[in-house]
Amino acid sequence: MNILEIEHCRKQFDGKEVLHDISLTVSEGQVVSIIGPSGSGKSTLLRCATLLETMDGGSLKYLGKSAVRDEGGRAVYASNAELHQLRSCFGLVFQNFNLFPHYTVLKNITEAPMLIQKRDKAEVYATARDLLSRMGLSDREDAYPYQLSGGQQQRVSIARALAMKPKMLFFDEPTSALDPELTGEILKVIRGLAAEHMTMVIVTHEMAFARDVSDHVIFMDGGVIVEQGNPTDIINNPTHERTIQFLSRFN
Amino acid sequence: MTLTAMIVKMSEGLGRTCAIFFLTLLFSLPLGLLVALMRMSKNRVVSAITSACISILRGTPLMLQLIAVAYGPFYLFGYTLLVKEKLLAIIIAFSLNYAAYFAEIYRGGIESMPVGQYEAAHVLGYSKGQTFMRIILPQVVKRILPSVTNEVITLVKDTSMAFTLAYMEMFSIGKQIANSQSSFLPFVIAGVFYYLMNSIVAFAMSRCEKALSYYR
Repeated sequence: MNILEIEHCRKQFDGKEVLHDISLTVSEGQVVSIIGPSGSGKSTLLRCATLLETMDGGSLKYLGKSAVRDEGGRAVYASNAELHQLRSCFGLVFQNFNLFPHYTVLKNITEAPMLIQKRDKAEVYATARDLLSRMGLSDREDAYPYQLSGGQQQRVSIARALAMKPKMLFFDEPTSALDPELTGEILKVIRGLAAEHMTMVIVTHEMAFARDVSDHVIFMDGGVIVEQGNPTDIINNPTHERTIQFLSRFN
Repeated sequence: MTLTAMIVKMSEGLGRTCAIFFLTLLFSLPLGLLVALMRMSKNRVVSAITSACISILRGTPLMLQLIAVAYGPFYLFGYTLLVKEKLLAIIIAFSLNYAAYFAEIYRGGIESMPVGQYEAAHVLGYSKGQTFMRIILPQVVKRILPSVTNEVITLVKDTSMAFTLAYMEMFSIGKQIANSQSSFLPFVIAGVFYYLMNSIVAFAMSRCEKALSYYR
């Protein structure tokens, strides 16, 4: 089953088109990595998919349900109530974590499931504690975000996203704010999720990681998908000139 | 008149001084937030009108605003304020004036919040109201507390402006004694009273800041 379907997505900023006709389908259990230079539109695509930006044209579906449909080249959004429903299909992990600094680790994770999804407190706390123990943070549930390292904060933010029981997770350069050692921590967590067949779309600059963890790699540049396919092929033996150039330092 | 007699007489006005102080805070703090939200409204008419009002309230003396609220009804409708309505006029003038200042402090605080906080809440499904009340406002309060302390300290001293309307709070009584006794002493006493009250304010506000220092 397809969790996410984006078709012919177009997005402009001040008259300048930053996404040209992007289509992307993610099926259940699939891990898709999006690589490419800064300004290539990867993050904008992710922000359109997570409804943080509005796309100008194209369609967007979660689990076959339409969030955005295309009407004669213009993007038409579903009602706020429908979008609110669809938002629970996915979680997003930010580059700079965006934890709530005035909440403890536990409250960061538990508030939304109780407040938004109206789930039972005991169940939500059990879920949160289970997630924290999987993230190796069982002893930090009463800590505040500022008391944690960047890697720990990012693990809390992954737990916060997972506590909503989403069908898929988006990662927007989840390790770009971290040093190499902490990066390793986070990549290990994402690998663990991939092993459990969590559906994920990851925007990353970690080429080796993208190659090893993904089922599918997309190389974007200048707002278009330049090349996509099997991770090993794309990253080890790119065919398009722009991809070869971008990966030359890595290879 | 002995020093003690002066102090006793003037402290009889402290209740009224405190009434102006607390009632002004009670109304201007929430009103300031409302005004800040109107000032930041996407509706350009609302935002422009609010910003003009703030500009007038901040750009003219509080004393003038007091006179306008107290005597305006007479010139507009021929209505003379009753003595018991004096406090009402003072509270209206003070609350509007302080709301304008607080509004700008709130706005500064709200605009300083990183957009990531809104985005994180949005993706988790928080409504706009939930995001504001649970995520944004508590952090804004912490950020603006030092600026609010400044305004509150100014308010303690500004209560003396009620003498313009011959409202018998502590300072007005002091001024009266000073005139009748040809003495400078009441002003010294008033200075000490204000200083003591502001010491309490500063202490209370620093406790508030400490209470909010559990996170960064």
